[in-house]
Amino acid sequence: MNIAVCVKEVPSATSAKRLDPSTYRLDRSGDSELNPFDVHGLEEAIKLREAGHEVEEIVAVCMGRENAQRPLQKALALGADRVVLLTDPALAGSDISGTAYALATVLEKQNADLVILGQQASDADCYVMAAAVADHLRRPLVTQVASLSLEGGTLRAKRQTEHGYDVIEATLPAVISVSDAINTPRLPSIKAIMGAKKKPTDQVSAADAGIDPSRVGEGGAKSVVRSVSPPPAKQEGRRIEDTGGDSAGAIVEFLAERGVI
Amino acid sequence: MTLGYDLSDQHAQLRETVRAFAEGQLAPVAEELDREGRFPAELVQAAAELGLLGIPLPESAGGSGFDTVAYAIAIEELARVDSSFAITVAAHTSLGTMPIHLFGSEQQKARWLDDLASGRGLGAFGLTEVGAGSDAGATRTTARLDGGEWVIDGSKMFITNAGTPLSKLVTITARTGPDEVSNIVVENGTAGYDQSQPLKKMGWRSSDTRELTFTGCRVPEQNLLGPRGEGFRQFLEILDGGRISVAALGLGMAQGAFEMGLSYAKQREQFGRPIGSFQAIQFKLADIATEVEAARNLVYKAAWLKDQGRAFAQQAAIAKLYTGELARRACNESLQIHGGYGFMDEYPISRFYRDAKVLEIGEGTNEVQRLVIARGLGL
Ligand SMILES: Cc1cc2nc3c(=O)[nH]c(=O)nc-3n(C[C@H](O)[C@H](O)[C@H](O)COP(=O)(O)OP(=O)(O)OC[C@H]3O[C@@H](n4cnc5c(N)ncnc54)[C@H](O)[C@@H]3O)c2cc1C
Repeated sequence: MNIAVCVKEVPSATSAKRLDPSTYRLDRSGDSELNPFDVHGLEEAIKLREAGHEVEEIVAVCMGRENAQRPLQKALALGADRVVLLTDPALAGSDISGTAYALATVLEKQNADLVILGQQASDADCYVMAAAVADHLRRPLVTQVASLSLEGGTLRAKRQTEHGYDVIEATLPAVISVSDAINTPRLPSIKAIMGAKKKPTDQVSAADAGIDPSRVGEGGAKSVVRSVSPPPAKQEGRRIEDTGGDSAGAIVEFLAERGVI
Repeated sequence: MTLGYDLSDQHAQLRETVRAFAEGQLAPVAEELDREGRFPAELVQAAAELGLLGIPLPESAGGSGFDTVAYAIAIEELARVDSSFAITVAAHTSLGTMPIHLFGSEQQKARWLDDLASGRGLGAFGLTEVGAGSDAGATRTTARLDGGEWVIDGSKMFITNAGTPLSKLVTITARTGPDEVSNIVVENGTAGYDQSQPLKKMGWRSSDTRELTFTGCRVPEQNLLGPRGEGFRQFLEILDGGRISVAALGLGMAQGAFEMGLSYAKQREQFGRPIGSFQAIQFKLADIATEVEAARNLVYKAAWLKDQGRAFAQQAAIAKLYTGELARRACNESLQIHGGYGFMDEYPISRFYRDAKVLEIGEGTNEVQRLVIARGLGL
């Protein structure tokens, strides 16, 4: 079987995040990295291969800037066999809906039995890309998967919920998004880092991929950002000192005041 | 227009991998290893799996097939967290493995190189003796041919990596005739080759340093490395390359000390404000930041010259001298910023302070480094 893992270039954890005040888009001029949640997706794909499932190909699919090379090299070093980079000025400014359509269009051509996404990207934190992609592909979806197994053409996924775990089965081909609890990604060895250079990277434009230009980019966006403002300042906390065993009551009272409990 | 300061994607990723290894696996245990003076064989094996023990060795030889710049970055990143571990890797690669790689015959390489470059076994280099330190040519250890075997008698002092559970071999310099020094490989486990208990040290306490003795130690004649009588020239070449890694080690220590000083200065408050708001503290950090930047350029340039196949010995000696002195200065200033807390074992800067001193002594003292540089100037 074939596995496709969606990977995204995001500003690195150490660089300050800033919205461009004129375009309301994220300033991507600083250092970037591979979205950490996608690393869990890649690791899971490799683990399936190592567990003896016949995984012919693991392809990493990225929509991003032409110079997303560094994160993509990392995806290859971590174990992807091939990378497809969808890059086009026409895609800039795409919203969730446009991005999902574009990714799905590329994914359709990859013959993937399983499409894996990270549960969120560390820059936009929208959590819904997997659902939107699955909808375009008309495939079953399991999100926030914390443990995964495969048997025949069926996947069995445990997903964490507020009240415990759901165990969900879905038939392939399917789409999943993985939580960061699913595995502990390994570090790429130096040989793997060197070997990544020799693996193929296909760069495709929106036209190559057969993407309808009216559905992507700023023009195709279904959501419009009217204004942005910084989050409200954090309220001052209250310090509760224990003066002879009364602190638990004080904490309960504090929480009750705010309607938290 | 070829001057460029960007690292390649591969170099950047290597740094990321080594940093994650150092912060994830070394940092949590470095203090304990130092306190107990324990060699972390299991972590060396974990590093070997990542390919860190043979970075500049070709893949065909069992190495990672990367270059000297990559190797320098890796040593820098390890030393930023634990310089004991960094010297274990650096001594193994530059001193333990390189002699076989550079001067070994095909048979010798087939026999030893794969184990060394892949990190399955550790290599050591035995040059220093009680009477032959800076004057390394004054070797007294002898090797004489007898029935197709070298019979070795003598001793070596302060040798890194010779007595660990992973140690595989040591290349030693020995007198094979009057006015004749040669390099000979002695495998661990050979009768007549003994290692002392680990020496007790002020720093680098989790790296392995021992005295070696050879008493009627017999090894096959084929263990001679390269032509007989070439030992002196060979070890000078080995030391030239080794200086790049020790320089990277000094750079990493200075970087680590700097980061600790900076974060402490921001967080520690006295007189109602962070101590980092006092100019006296700011200037210390500004000075270290400046010198670390200069050091990085010296080290990477030396490594780059070597990768380009150019003459690099002078640049390597300059980098080694500068970073060795810088590491001590930076650790001293950073400890000063930490005040009394820096004197306590819980704060890694106290370990850095003890570790840094050896960089002005090992692989050529500051004085010897200046002699080498002056010779390079034609003096
Ligand atoms: C932790 C550690 C690990 C080591 N690992 C190894 C190893 O793996 N393999 C190995 O072979 N060696 C190793 N060494 C040995 C190291 O390389 C020597 O200690 C170093 O070369 C200095 O030699 P020495 O200690 O005999 O000092 P000496 O040579 O006795 O020097 C004493 C002082 O005299 C100065 N001096 C000497 N000659 C001159 C001169 N001509 N002009 C001006 N000043 C001079 C020196 O600079 C120094 O200040 C290690 C040492 C240490 C401490």
